[in-house]
Order: sequence, then C-alpha cells, then structure tokens
Amino acid sequence: MAEIDRSVIGQWGPPATMVVELGKVREFARAVQDDAADYAGGQPLAPPTFLMTIAHWIGDLGATRTGIKLDYRRLLHGEQEFEYVAPIRVGDVLTFRSRTKDVFEKQGKRGGSMLFVVGETEFRDQQGAVVAYMRNVAIETQGAVAG
Amino acid sequence: MAAFEEGETLEPIVVGPLTRSDFVRYAGASGDFNPIHHDDEFARAAGNPSVFGHGMLTAGLLARVVTREVGRENLRRYTVRFATRVWPGDTVTCQGRITRRYDEGGETRVDGELVAVNQKGETAVSGSFTAAVPR
Repeated sequence: MAEIDRSVIGQWGPPATMVVELGKVREFARAVQDDAADYAGGQPLAPPTFLMTIAHWIGDLGATRTGIKLDYRRLLHGEQEFEYVAPIRVGDVLTFRSRTKDVFEKQGKRGGSMLFVVGETEFRDQQGAVVAYMRNVAIETQGAVAG
Repeated sequence: MAAFEEGETLEPIVVGPLTRSDFVRYAGASGDFNPIHHDDEFARAAGNPSVFGHGMLTAGLLARVVTREVGRENLRRYTVRFATRVWPGDTVTCQGRITRRYDEGGETRVDGELVAVNQKGETAVSGSFTAAVPR
C-alpha cells in the first residue's frame, strides 16, 4: 500500500544536472533503431524519448519524491508524456527538477481501487529557459485488478 | 512526405522480430536496468514466460512514425500509454494518423494518434502527438 504525505504534492524537489552527450545521443538513437539525419553530425538533436536517460543522472526517478512511498510490486507504468518547448542538442547542460503533481484514486473496472500518481520533471537549458517537461502516470493497483 | 491533412494515414514502420539484444541495447542506452527486461530467471520468478521489452523501447520506435515526417525539431508533444507487453520474437508495426490540423503559437500544427501493434494485432503501445507542419 502507498503511503502518501499530501503536503508534498506540487512541491519541487532539489535540482540536478544532466549533460546531453554526443555518444549517448548516438547510442540512444541506435537503440530505438532511428538512423535519421537529425541524430547524425557533430551536434545532433536529442531523440524524442531521450530524456528517459535522466536515469543515468539521478539513478532513481523517485528520488526527489520521497513523500510518496509506493508499493513497487503493485506499480504499473501507465502513461508517459513529453512536452517539447525548445530543441535539445548535444552540448546542452540541462538542469532538471521533479515533483509529484497530483495523486488521485479511481475505481477499477473489475473492482478494487487504483491509485494514480502523476509525476512531472521540468528541464531548463544553460540559459535558464524551460526546454521540456516530462510527465508520467504511475498506477498502483489495489485488490482484484489483475489482468 | 505526408501532406499533413486531417484523416491522413502516415507511412507505417515495421520493426522486428525483436530480440533480447534489442532489449539489452535499450537498457544500456536508457539506463533502465530493471532485470525483468534482460534476466530470464528473474522474469520467470515474477510470473512471466520470459523477459519482455521496455515499454519505452516500443515508444521510441513508435515516435519515428511522426519524426521522419515532420523532423525532430517540429515535434511539440508526444504521449504514450502502455498496453500489451512485447516479447522476444515479436514484430511491431508502428502506425499513425492525423486527426486535426489548426493554427496555434504562430505555426500550423497537427494532432495525431499512434499505435504500435504486435503480429497478432494486439496493441503494445498507443499514443498521440502534436507537431508543427514543416514550412
């Protein structure tokens, strides 16, 4: 079962830094089997889902959301969203911070409630301008929701 | 290149059969080393027949349906939902369709739906996007 400190909802965690590296962009484009010219050359763009590599910079996406303790055995990754405000290129030094944006419950179709946890990470470039948001919806199942 | 009209179907992309090596390559690239995607013993102990692919790997493949039409710099939003898992040996077909064309933010934009289906026609990942029409 989740333990939720509702006072942390909406509060940003501490900022951290992520460098957009050439080798990492090439490696990621290759992993998603994308040979587009956008990811070639010396200063390519970051592929659409490249911000997932934030895992290399914080280790755990939940680290800045310690007020929300979820049961990872019952956790589903429901949805992932990327909002692109400005292009992200190799050489950019991104500063990011995360928050739990919302927590709400819904009744499942087969009975049992489901807890929805909406997380948001904001990315700023070296000039301090917001370049992207990454949002995810995690669903903790409770009771008889097994598919 | 697409004409970016409402109702237009985008050229599909077929990927596969996907292998454990594809999953491992994505694990390394993304940093998502959940063993359920590369360790068969671990995956079986968790009640799965074998390892399965990262949802975000399929999402990465699916995004290409849009970006190869509009170019990476013109993608404004990309959202995915995870449905059926992708197993070693599966082939996924990534499809897209434009649902709306409109002007916003000083540019012409399109919204669309995306879906990655396996060889049985089951949805692995569904999604949606907003993109600027290339000038």
